[in-house]
Amino acid sequence: MSLVKIAGLHKHFGTNHVLKGIDLEVASGDVVALIGRSGSGKSTLLRTINGLETTDKGELVVDGTALHDGKGDLRALRQKVGMVFQQFNLFPHLTAGQNVMLAPTVVKGTPKAEAQDIAKEVLLKVGLSDKFDSYPDQLSGGQQQRVAIARALAMRPKVLLCDEITSALDPELVSEVLAVVRQLAAEGMTLIMVTHEMRFAREVGNKLIFMHHGRIHESGDPKTVFADPQTPELANFVGAVQPA
Amino acid sequence: MLVQFSTWDIVRNLLDAGKWTLALSLIAFVLGGIVGLAILFARIADNRVLQAATKAYIEIFQGTPLLMQLFIVFFGLSLVGIDVSPWLAAAAGLTLFTSAYLAEIWRGCVEAVPKGQWEASATLALTYPQQMRHVILPQALRIAIAPTVGFSVQVVKGTAVTSIIGFAELTKTGSMLANATFEPFLVFGLVAAGYFALCYPLSLYAKSLERKFHVAR
Ligand SMILES: Nc1ncnc2c1ncn2[C@@H]1O[C@H](COP(=O)(O)OP(=O)(O)OP(=O)(O)O)[C@@H](O)[C@H]1O
Ligand SMILES: [Mg+2]
Repeated sequence: MSLVKIAGLHKHFGTNHVLKGIDLEVASGDVVALIGRSGSGKSTLLRTINGLETTDKGELVVDGTALHDGKGDLRALRQKVGMVFQQFNLFPHLTAGQNVMLAPTVVKGTPKAEAQDIAKEVLLKVGLSDKFDSYPDQLSGGQQQRVAIARALAMRPKVLLCDEITSALDPELVSEVLAVVRQLAAEGMTLIMVTHEMRFAREVGNKLIFMHHGRIHESGDPKTVFADPQTPELANFVGAVQPA
Repeated sequence: MLVQFSTWDIVRNLLDAGKWTLALSLIAFVLGGIVGLAILFARIADNRVLQAATKAYIEIFQGTPLLMQLFIVFFGLSLVGIDVSPWLAAAAGLTLFTSAYLAEIWRGCVEAVPKGQWEASATLALTYPQQMRHVILPQALRIAIAPTVGFSVQVVKGTAVTSIIGFAELTKTGSMLANATFEPFLVFGLVAAGYFALCYPLSLYAKSLERKFHVAR
């Protein structure tokens, strides 16, 4: 049974038809890489999965929690879907530990001591157990992004969405963040990520989705899809981002 | 009345009146802050009616002179049979005026919090009140401190207008003394010095806060 099921999903921004009928199934443990040109609708699709963007039509089910035509229990959905942003979006007035503890205590009512244990555990997982009391502006970009991942993990999501989470980083900081994602994938975390790191998508992903003009244009196993694109659009795109 | 006023008499009377200016400023600022907070929440609420009503409230107070507002409170209420003392009218008028401006200043501070903060907290399944309480307001508060203290200077200066409806604060007392002593230059010089003594420390404080919160996170 699939963990995430999307059927006939449509989204307009005004007159701009951005998602034109998306059908997608993601199984538990899948690592999905979303690729495509700028403006093809990757971020919009990702953001509909936790209700950050409303949809006009279609169905979204995550682990039994459903949105029909954009309506349903958003908060229940969001407790199952974590998200990491390109710009980190850490809460600057809170320490790394407090950033991670906030949602468990406020949303789930987890007792403080227990939330602290969770925070320590997830910060350890991203390799930042010594930064519990650091404020975001005392951390490097790579460290901030890892705290953001820990913050999402603290809610024990069923699936983690990542929208170009290394694109705002200095090149030398990219690998430390990718290493964390790679480890999560190895542990069986379900991941859906928009990425420009084609090599990473091929190595870590087990499913590749190429978006083009608001549709899933081509999809499949990353290794075969990259090696043998079936559509000229994907061949073109692959050629453009990684000249042979 | 042909009483002789010594300079000390003048100063003493002005200091006495200055207390009323100070009291009125404090009341207007504190009550205006409380009302302003309520207006702010209505202004940014997820409710069109509340938004429109508070927008109109703010625009009316920002778009008319404080003097007219005081006239309307003072004379308007007595027209409909409610007799208000100059003191009450002054406090009520300034409170409303202050609330409108503070609500608008604070709305700007809430909007200055980046959109990503709303998105990140929404993604973590926080409700709107939880987002406000734990993520948005703590950040807006830091941004708000300097302009809020800065606006308090406007409140102090605004109290001078209440002299026109007969409230005996610093300016009103000053004009009475000037008439009685025929020394307008001395008297109003002292009045101005009184306002300056109240306002200048506030301005300095606002400036230092601005610097402090500019460099801090
Ligand atoms: N908030 C918005 N309001 C209006 N239009 C939007 C909004 N967000 C995205 N769009 C439009 O929707 C389309 C898809 O945008 P989206 O951000 O999903 O693309 P993307 O594939 O993520 O691109 P990129 O690689 O540049 O991030 C674009 O035409 C974009 O201009
Ligand atoms: Mg995008």
